[in-house]
Amino acid sequence: MKQLRDTPPAPWDAAASLPQGERDGARIDHLVVLGLVPPGARVLDIGCGDGTLLALLRDRRGIDGRGIELSRHGVNACLARGLPVIQGDADTDLANYPDDAFDVVILSQTIQATRNPRIVLEHLLRIGRQVVISFPNFGHWRVRAELGFRGRMPVTPLMPEEWYETQNIHHCTIRDFVGLCRTVGARIEKATALDARGRPMRFAMPWWVWNLLGAQGVFLLSQEAGEVFGGPRQV
Amino acid sequence: MTLSLDPAAQSRTESAVPVPPPTVAEAEAPSTQGQIVQFGPDEPLAMDAGVLLAPFQIAYQTAGTLNADRSNAVLICHALTGDQHFAHTHPVTGKRGWWETLVGPGKPIDTNRYFVVCSNVVGSCMGSTGPASTDPATGRAYGLDFPLVTIRDMVRAQAMLLDRLGIRDLFLCIGGSMGGMQVLQWAALYPERVFAAMPIATGARHSAQNIAFHEVGRQAIMADPAWAEGRYLEAGTRPAKGLGVARMGAHITYLSEPALHRKFGRRFQDGSAPTFSFNADFQIESYLRHQGLSFVERFDANAYLYLTRAMDYFDLAADHGGVLAKAFKDTKTRFCVMSFTSDWLFPTADSRAIVHALNAASAAVAFVEIESDKGHDAFLLDEPVMFAAAHGFIDAAARARGL
Repeated sequence: MKQLRDTPPAPWDAAASLPQGERDGARIDHLVVLGLVPPGARVLDIGCGDGTLLALLRDRRGIDGRGIELSRHGVNACLARGLPVIQGDADTDLANYPDDAFDVVILSQTIQATRNPRIVLEHLLRIGRQVVISFPNFGHWRVRAELGFRGRMPVTPLMPEEWYETQNIHHCTIRDFVGLCRTVGARIEKATALDARGRPMRFAMPWWVWNLLGAQGVFLLSQEAGEVFGGPRQV
Repeated sequence: MTLSLDPAAQSRTESAVPVPPPTVAEAEAPSTQGQIVQFGPDEPLAMDAGVLLAPFQIAYQTAGTLNADRSNAVLICHALTGDQHFAHTHPVTGKRGWWETLVGPGKPIDTNRYFVVCSNVVGSCMGSTGPASTDPATGRAYGLDFPLVTIRDMVRAQAMLLDRLGIRDLFLCIGGSMGGMQVLQWAALYPERVFAAMPIATGARHSAQNIAFHEVGRQAIMADPAWAEGRYLEAGTRPAKGLGVARMGAHITYLSEPALHRKFGRRFQDGSAPTFSFNADFQIESYLRHQGLSFVERFDANAYLYLTRAMDYFDLAADHGGVLAKAFKDTKTRFCVMSFTSDWLFPTADSRAIVHALNAASAAVAFVEIESDKGHDAFLLDEPVMFAAAHGFIDAAARARGL
């Protein structure tokens, strides 16, 4: 493991960047993503569910959005919203997209459920100029308490299933994820941690604090100038 | 092999008991086949075989009303043995329109909102020019003198029909199986004329296995002495046995093992014991024989040869340097691709190949794999999930087009 810098690279008050009055029933974590996506961008949302986030981005940011969703139910809901969504999954379908096909690629609460998170992340960096990625933080104090004091696998709002039925097979902490970013050569442009209610933590703090208090991590990544180490970049 | 349920009939042949063939005049009568447009000697169809086909005609049916902007036109592309009677009683079989599940007032393709056109493909036998039509050069039926037809030829002829109808571009182009091939060809050949495209249960090329099945069907037809080297119309015979066997074989590929098991299992047709003969003991045998028999009533054997060949030749990637994505380069068309889990003729992998190419071309594409045990024919049947997805996609496309 390479040395981690002591603090996140860009102290970023995600909540403050949101104009008041734009809330309008939207989920806070979606608004955090909204703040990271430039208007009119080409966006791919992987694991887009019923298309709520894509529709929000389309309606508020005028993006040209695409989605990938595993469940047929989710795909149908997206079709009804007029969103071009394909039934597929992150582990198998990303290889078919060309390099730099999108301005922003979003992977929300999904990387921990992929078979090969490293390859998925490398594909995200290859396909998108920027990557927005969020995941439940396994280093959160509640998770640690469940495991450390009760000796049980944690069940939390972000990880609601028991160990024997969860799709999550590759849990990581915020610090673990920072390590993976270093390994694949991703530049962390912005990062924040959201608390258990999805609110961004407002102050720049060392990684270890976020790793303890953040229920989930939200990162904005880009390719390091040059190449992605060991990446599947296509020619 | 015989198509008759009567064992004594095995010794008879169709050529021994000739049935009067449908005359060319009958086959092209506008009264039964809907509307017909004629293209004269000055408007030939430029075919991939290098032939200018002229004169020729296209039979078609419509439903709904074209709006003032002419922006609400939907083109339905029919499958191999389909026809233009998508929402109209069939003139030969008396059956209801083949896609009334999907098309009609309040249906996903809402005839209260859209103007729907479906034409019989060139090379077929339901009123459009094909091998059973009269060759003006000889005064007799074309037979095998008819040029080989491709999917692209079918699409060019459809485009000429739309030109004649004053329809510049399509709101939606939709079809399943061979119809889906036409949809893909439309999007590749006339991208600016297709706002939304729905290729269903199809592929961007015909697989080796599918070509193999088609070849078995063609050989069955050609092995029938009544086929008479394709000159059966003049000989006054009909290769009903060969065409029937071809249909029986093909029909199996349209179903699935679970569906066959559910409908027929190993159940006997009469009684509960085998007859120790080659009668149609099993229900599935009787069903297939019926499929073969009823098919020959409505379809021309040479047209079957030509249309199966057209599907075999279809390979959209090969037309674009081997890269399917190039067929859709810079397309503005929005796509919705659908497949069915139990379809082994055009399995989901074929649809995924289309979707991947569209992704690579940065096209707006939706894709759904629908859970069904009904096999390839599921696209023609009552599939609520397909209807829901189609409704969502078409309504959203209509909003985007301001319809």
